[in-house]
Amino acid sequence: MDVSFSAAALIQVSYLLTAFLFIMGLKRMSSPVTARSGILWAGAGMLVATLATFFYPGLTNFPLIIIAVVIGSAIAWFSGRRVPMTDIPQMIALYNGMGGGAAAAIAAVELYRGEQQSTEGATLAVVGGIIGAVSFSGSLIAFGKLQGLIRKSLRFGGQQLLNLLVLAAALVLGGLVASGVLATPAAVTGLFAAALLLGLSMTLPIGGADMPVVISLYNALTGLAVAFEGFVLGNAAMIIAGTVVGSAGTLLTQLMAKAMNRSLGNVLFSGFGDTGTAAAGTAIAGSMKPIEAADVGVMMAFAQKVIIVPGYGMAVAQAQHKVWELCQLLIDRGVTVRFAIHPVAGRMPGHMNVLLAEAGVPYDLIADLDEINAEFETADVALIIGANDVVNPVARNDKSSPIYGMPILNADKAKNVIVIKRGQGAGFSGIENALFYLDNTRMLYGDGQAAVSALIAAVKSV
Amino acid sequence: MTGIVALYIFMLAAFTGYEVIAKVPVILHTPLMSGSNFVHGIVLVGAMVALGNATTTLEKSIGFFGVLLAAGNAVGGYAVTERMLEMFKASGARGKDGSGKDGGAKGTH
Repeated sequence: MDVSFSAAALIQVSYLLTAFLFIMGLKRMSSPVTARSGILWAGAGMLVATLATFFYPGLTNFPLIIIAVVIGSAIAWFSGRRVPMTDIPQMIALYNGMGGGAAAAIAAVELYRGEQQSTEGATLAVVGGIIGAVSFSGSLIAFGKLQGLIRKSLRFGGQQLLNLLVLAAALVLGGLVASGVLATPAAVTGLFAAALLLGLSMTLPIGGADMPVVISLYNALTGLAVAFEGFVLGNAAMIIAGTVVGSAGTLLTQLMAKAMNRSLGNVLFSGFGDTGTAAAGTAIAGSMKPIEAADVGVMMAFAQKVIIVPGYGMAVAQAQHKVWELCQLLIDRGVTVRFAIHPVAGRMPGHMNVLLAEAGVPYDLIADLDEINAEFETADVALIIGANDVVNPVARNDKSSPIYGMPILNADKAKNVIVIKRGQGAGFSGIENALFYLDNTRMLYGDGQAAVSALIAAVKSV
Repeated sequence: MTGIVALYIFMLAAFTGYEVIAKVPVILHTPLMSGSNFVHGIVLVGAMVALGNATTTLEKSIGFFGVLLAAGNAVGGYAVTERMLEMFKASGARGKDGSGKDGGAKGTH
């Protein structure tokens, strides 16, 4: 008796410490200066909670627990360490789905056992289970889409109606199970099947471009599911951590949707966000004017200020290391260099910053849209590499264009605009870019990495 | 834990989550999402308890699956978040070689 009392006390204190470390960790992660230490704090919290749980009174099946922990950890550790930085968004989706699945599994164990507790307990288990299962299957679809495993966006008439019916089925079954009217294993199975189906059918119609917002939403939902299961188990660490992630994740989802100029309802219910929306827009007069790397090299070497506008194309070409090498040469010559990041550069807000950081670019050279837009007027050269729609001035002035109204980087205001581009074709979205036809714009044709290497050679020879 | 106390915890934690994130710059959106993804890996302790109390084969199988997934969430979330954040550094700390891989990721704080 005495021994188990002290074990329970140890666990309570450990969970309290864990909650503290998580909150401090997240707080530190929200500033670039302290971000690195934030994950270490949170990691320490996780370790404390996990170790303490081994002393949980009355637990059995230790060999199974240890085997599962080892297998799950090993797979995740190696995949997480190996994945290229360009694929980070889908890995977040995958790990998030696993968390949702785990929350659903806890609910399933509780509900199949059936000997239940109170109606409130069963209700919380059902709600957390549904949310967790939706997050599980939805996140796996999101992973499949970003990884290129699922290429089509499945859409058909009455899709919203089907989703509503599936949701209703899950809720009705959940109500029957929770109230004890029909707390049979078959009903529990049906409940989880409906929830898993809902996650699939909700996520399949959403296009790849909107996936980051969806992943962020599922991240918040998993947090909520964890909190609900925390209530069921009377586990304060799960309640606190799950709720903190639930609310922080909801806010983050809104911030992301805003940064991408989309509303959450729009993302979930309009089925846009695909690149298939090939566009009309007004035809553009003028021609694209080519330039040689040597000339660009001279222009940049003697510039006061150069602003680089990178896009996902740069990362795909693996040119970011070369770009940074070029920047260092320019900085050593006394040129002011800044990077201008559009919110949708990369695959999710902040992803381009990660890719640049990987190449060694310090974060204080990187500016976002609001910070940098006024500076283009004073820039001698704006170098566009792998970006297209986000610098297209038609978004400002052509009402017939599909991207009209999207905030863009004002690269066209720079004295000289250099665009590194593979060929003359229209970009990713199929929308003609008026920037390429301006009098102050020159096109440097070639593969991103090769073109930047040529620029490095040109600057060195000045 | 009584119901009302649990609700207090829920409410305060919700405010905390909101406040902690409220002023985050766009450059940290991706790492922070990954970091919060790691934090809900705490579901691992619940999954361990569920498996530890499981008796039938069905419960044990689901519990095993749950612990495996939860461990993946926690460890994978940590691995990618740490990798991303270790690359963030200010220009004061930059090396000539332009490689972000080596340790100098300390803030200038």
